[in-house]
Amino acid sequence: MASQEVLREEPSRGSFINDPRVRGIFFQALVLVLLVAGVWWVTHNVIANLTRLHIASGFGFLKGRAGFDISESAIAYSSDSTYFRAILVGFINTVIVAVVGIITATIIGFIVGIGRLSHNWLIRKICTVYVEVFRNIPPLLVIFFWYSGVLAVLPPPRESINLPFGSFLNQRGFYFPRAIWGEGSWLILVALLLGIAMAWFVARKARQRQMATGQPFPVFWTSMALIVGLPLLAYALSGFPLSFEFPKQSTFNLVGGFQVRPEFLSLYLALSCYTAAFIAEIVRAGIRGVSAGQTEAAAALGLRSGSILRLVVVPQAMRIVIPPLTSQYLNLTKNSSLAIAIGYPDLTATAGTVLNQTGQAVEGVVIMMAVYLALSLITSAIMNVVNARMALVER
Amino acid sequence: MQEHDMSWVRTEMALAQPAPSSERGLTAWVRKNLIASTGDAILTIIGIVLVAMILPQIVNWAFINAQWTGPDRTVCATVAQGGIQSDGWTGACWAFVNAKFGQFMFGRYPLEERWRPILVAILFVALLVPLLIPRVPRKGLNAILLFFALPVVAFVLLIGGMFGLPYVETPLWGGLLVTLSLSFVGIAVSLPVGIVLALGRRSNMPIVKLLCVIFIETVRGIPLITVLFFASVMLPLFLPAGVSFDKFLRALIGVSLFAAAYMAEVVRGGLQAIPKGQYEGADSLGLSYWQKMGLVVMPQALKLVIPGIVNTFIGMFKDTSLVIVISMFDLLGIVKQNFSDANWATPQTARSGLVFAAFIFWLFCFGMSRYSMYTERRLDTGHKR
Repeated sequence: MASQEVLREEPSRGSFINDPRVRGIFFQALVLVLLVAGVWWVTHNVIANLTRLHIASGFGFLKGRAGFDISESAIAYSSDSTYFRAILVGFINTVIVAVVGIITATIIGFIVGIGRLSHNWLIRKICTVYVEVFRNIPPLLVIFFWYSGVLAVLPPPRESINLPFGSFLNQRGFYFPRAIWGEGSWLILVALLLGIAMAWFVARKARQRQMATGQPFPVFWTSMALIVGLPLLAYALSGFPLSFEFPKQSTFNLVGGFQVRPEFLSLYLALSCYTAAFIAEIVRAGIRGVSAGQTEAAAALGLRSGSILRLVVVPQAMRIVIPPLTSQYLNLTKNSSLAIAIGYPDLTATAGTVLNQTGQAVEGVVIMMAVYLALSLITSAIMNVVNARMALVER
Repeated sequence: MQEHDMSWVRTEMALAQPAPSSERGLTAWVRKNLIASTGDAILTIIGIVLVAMILPQIVNWAFINAQWTGPDRTVCATVAQGGIQSDGWTGACWAFVNAKFGQFMFGRYPLEERWRPILVAILFVALLVPLLIPRVPRKGLNAILLFFALPVVAFVLLIGGMFGLPYVETPLWGGLLVTLSLSFVGIAVSLPVGIVLALGRRSNMPIVKLLCVIFIETVRGIPLITVLFFASVMLPLFLPAGVSFDKFLRALIGVSLFAAAYMAEVVRGGLQAIPKGQYEGADSLGLSYWQKMGLVVMPQALKLVIPGIVNTFIGMFKDTSLVIVISMFDLLGIVKQNFSDANWATPQTARSGLVFAAFIFWLFCFGMSRYSMYTERRLDTGHKR
């Protein structure tokens, strides 16, 4: 640093115009002036337009009566609810489809990605075809395909297709038995939480013991026994409080059970299929990114192929996989806004309706942007934590 | 045998033995690739069952049972649905695609003016193909013609209203014409803007850097639909009363800005991968900032990120289908709009139209990704780490 200071003091340059510092300040000042002028001009126009159109600005409109119905809602909602509640319903729907979609896409993606590296020619080819097909068509088209190409041409409710476990499939969606939790079912939940906590504790102790003595412990089976066994025990102890309400055929429609509407189903299936193709490529790149020397060294140490995969290849592959996986999760969340094209009431759809009804364009778009930004930031924050735990600990 | 001369040097190579029969031919290939172990054999059986379940259905639907020509919906509907096919028939209704092909390509562009988009398409292909083949000379001139002359010619030809050409307003445009023109302009705009944003993000000037970071991260954090909403609902508010511009242009701005933010991150990745020595070397030669970037850093950085750039192009090409939500009709939009045509409404119509649209999108995207792989191999000079 000191030598640079010395150099700078010499008046070596001919003109101050050629001084990069002066130029930098000049350009930044120019950008700032242009920006301020632009913002001022835009604000001026917005205010002028809003007064011309008699639209009150501000978020007060959120307390007004919504007056429109929403076909799918996880919380109580009617057309008498407020605009705020309508947007909240949309937000919850977005979160639901994003979470379910992310889980499914990850599972399909990992299976297909590993399949693309299989020694089996047939499996490899099937997975390649899957990836190349879904990667190269727009997600919106996949959504339409499920919606108007597959689900809309299913038989009407009277001729529903019977599926196992008392579930049905027809034009109006997918019906499956609804679980009814009776008296004392809270015990099951408590047992489940207890099981998870104990499994975590066992895993911790087992690792400590293996680090200290080298003795392995069957963590997986113990955890499974704890997580599945304890709730089952609680279920038996509390007198089998769980019963099911099965969907039944009536004259025109199916009655009872839990209905998944075709809008949700097609959005969910399309997002999962589409994102899975990208996740598969990421997984493949991750596993290929672990050099063959690692596998060979592990084999030379005498590990079995399962252990090699679990202890050597996957932890290293995950380091490569997680950052792009995060952006795929974000993409899926953002792509869930395509719901508007088939009428699934997600955030974009409900906020769009509110925007059209009230004319509060600025506020509506701001709410949409803010919520999606927040969702993105939360997802990437969670994935950053995961990434930090997985990352290579360097000296 | 001579007494002292025990050494013997073979002058020609021994002929290679053929591989053992267990390592040759179909059986060896099957053994190695399909039934190497019990698990493998099970997987193979699952795979065969899967293929046997799906493939015949697809072939049946798309080719054997498909209806290729016909005047209206009767050819694609069963007797119960008011058509001529026997009950239980399912097959693709390519007749629908056939009848609507002109619309799928040009939207509602006037029939007698359709030679104009066709001429633009021919010019586009004539300029693009030589640019893509590495051996054809005069790349610079070619690129200038493609990216500067063609847009002007295409603008005049497509919109008209001058040189005696009738005016065709953009709401009449549709189909593949809209998809391709949106993506071409998006590509041509997003790459330079993305490069500028990436340079701004790595700049030493704090204000420029902050603005670039805010822009990139905001745009990347929100869905394209929101950006399009922004472009269609809020841009009119931003302008003085009475000033308004075309919906097509608004969509163009939205798509281009969106792609530019993603492009900026791709280019930034390339810039970060260039060793510091290259920057310092260029500085020590006395190159100015733009010379340094243009002559030393960018050629190396862009070469590294070709796959990322093409992926962004592919993503943008697919994303143009979202303009449907601001009621513009690109290829997907016009296909979907035609489902409601009572003349053609059958259970097979939607499926056939969507498969056709998917095939067109797939063709373009797959082509782009394959060409990028080819370029990557060709430019790989071995410096890549």
